[in-house]
Amino acid sequence: MRDGAVVKGVRFADHQVVGAILELATRYRDEGADELVFYDIAASPGRRSVDRAWIHRVTALLDIPFCVAGGIRSVADAEAILEAGADKISINSPALENPDLIDELARRFGSQCVVVGVDSQRAPGAPPQAAGVRAFMVYQYTGDARRMRASGRSTLDWVREAQARGAGEIVLNCMAADGVREGYDLVHLAQVRSVTAVPLVASGGAGSVEHFRAVFESGVDAALAASVFHSGLIRIADLKRRLKAAGVAVRVT
Amino acid sequence: MRSHSRNDVVIVDSGGANIASLRGAIERLGARTRLSADGSVIASADRVVLPGVGAAPHAMERLRTAGLTNVLRTLTQPVLGVCLGMQLLFARSEEGSTPCLGILPSAVLRLQSLPGRPVPHMGWNQLRRLKADPLLEGIEDGAHAYFVHSYAAAVTEHTLATAEYGLALCAAVRRGNFWGTQFHPERSAATGVRVLRNFLGQ
Repeated sequence: MRDGAVVKGVRFADHQVVGAILELATRYRDEGADELVFYDIAASPGRRSVDRAWIHRVTALLDIPFCVAGGIRSVADAEAILEAGADKISINSPALENPDLIDELARRFGSQCVVVGVDSQRAPGAPPQAAGVRAFMVYQYTGDARRMRASGRSTLDWVREAQARGAGEIVLNCMAADGVREGYDLVHLAQVRSVTAVPLVASGGAGSVEHFRAVFESGVDAALAASVFHSGLIRIADLKRRLKAAGVAVRVT
Repeated sequence: MRSHSRNDVVIVDSGGANIASLRGAIERLGARTRLSADGSVIASADRVVLPGVGAAPHAMERLRTAGLTNVLRTLTQPVLGVCLGMQLLFARSEEGSTPCLGILPSAVLRLQSLPGRPVPHMGWNQLRRLKADPLLEGIEDGAHAYFVHSYAAAVTEHTLATAEYGLALCAAVRRGNFWGTQFHPERSAATGVRVLRNFLGQ
C-alpha cells in the first residue's frame, strides 16, 4: 500500500519568525502531518540562501520527514541544509537558471533528496481544458510579483528533463488554483502525471476534504496544502480520518 | 573503557550528509551519541548504528578507506543498519555492482518502476510482521513507517517485516546481533520511536 501523504507548506520570510516556525512544526507533527515543507519564498528572487539556524531546531523537534526549499543554488547550499537535518531539498528557480544543478545534487546526495518544484499554469490563450506539451508553461521567481516571469519552458518538457537529470520527486504547483481553495487542478495534474515516473506531489487549490479525496483518486502520490491548515479550516487529523473512511490509503495516527 | 550506562551509541561516519535527524531521534530517548569513523571507538561502543543516505559504492569505499569493514563484521554488540546502512549488511548491492559487508547473505536489487509504483519508493508504507523479534516489540502489523530508497533486499529467512511495493521487500531484518531497517525510524513518528527504543533496550 502506498499512502496519500498530507504535506504542509509553511511560508516564511526571515529568521524573526523562527518561533512561529517551531510552533507550527510542533502543531502539525502532533496533528499527524506526513511531511512538512518549509519554503523561503523570498530566497530565490533576492538571490540569498535560506538562513539555516532554524533547521537544526526543527530537526530536533520532528520525527517526520521535512523538506527545505528556497534559494538553494549550489551543492554546498544543499549540503548545509541536509547536514542540519533536512531530509530533502527542493529547487525551483535555480534549476531553471542552471539545470545541471539537478544532476550535481542527484549525483552527490542521491535522487531521493532532490525535489524539483515546478510553478506552472496554462499558456496565455490556452483554453481551460487544453492538454499537451504547449498547454502548460513553467514560471519562475514566483515568490516576488515584480520579478515573476514565464521561463519559456513547456511544463511537460521540463518535468521530463528534470527526471532525466535525477529529480527524485516533482512538486507541481498549479498557480491558477493556488490560494483559491476551489480544488486541485486535476486536468493539469493528470497531464504531468502522464510524464512523471517519480513521486508527484500536488500543490495549489485545496479548500475542502473532498478536494483531497479527488486529488488522491487522480493518482498523485501526495498532496500539499498550506492555507487551509494554517487557518484551521481543515484539521489534519480530521482530514485523514475522513479520507480513510472514503477509502484513501492514509496514515492515521 | 566501556560505558556502564548501556546508552553509549556510536553512529558510524559513513559520509552521508543526513545524520542529524538520526542523532536527534536517539538523543530524544536519552542515549548519548557519538559520530565516529574510528575502529576502536566503534568496537568499544555499547551499540552501533550504521546509517546511510547516498549510494552504496560511495559508502563502501568510505568504510574500506577508514579500515572499518572488518571492524563492522566482527562486532558483537547490537548493531542497527538504517536504510542504506541496512543494505550494506548484505553480501552485495546491484547499485554500482558493489560488494558489501556480507553479514547477511543475498543481494540488494534495484526496485523496478511500475505504474503507480514510482521509484524511488518514497513515503509512508505499512509494515507486515513476519517474525516476533524484540526490535519490533509493540509494533502492530500494518503500522506505518517512512521509506526513501531505490534499492531493496529480497525477503529471506532473516526478514522480520516486509513492506509491499509492487513486490514484498525486506523492511526489517536480523541476523544475530545485527539488525537493519529499510525504513527510517528517525522519521517514522511513533513507530520509529518504538523501534529505536527497542534497539536501545537490547
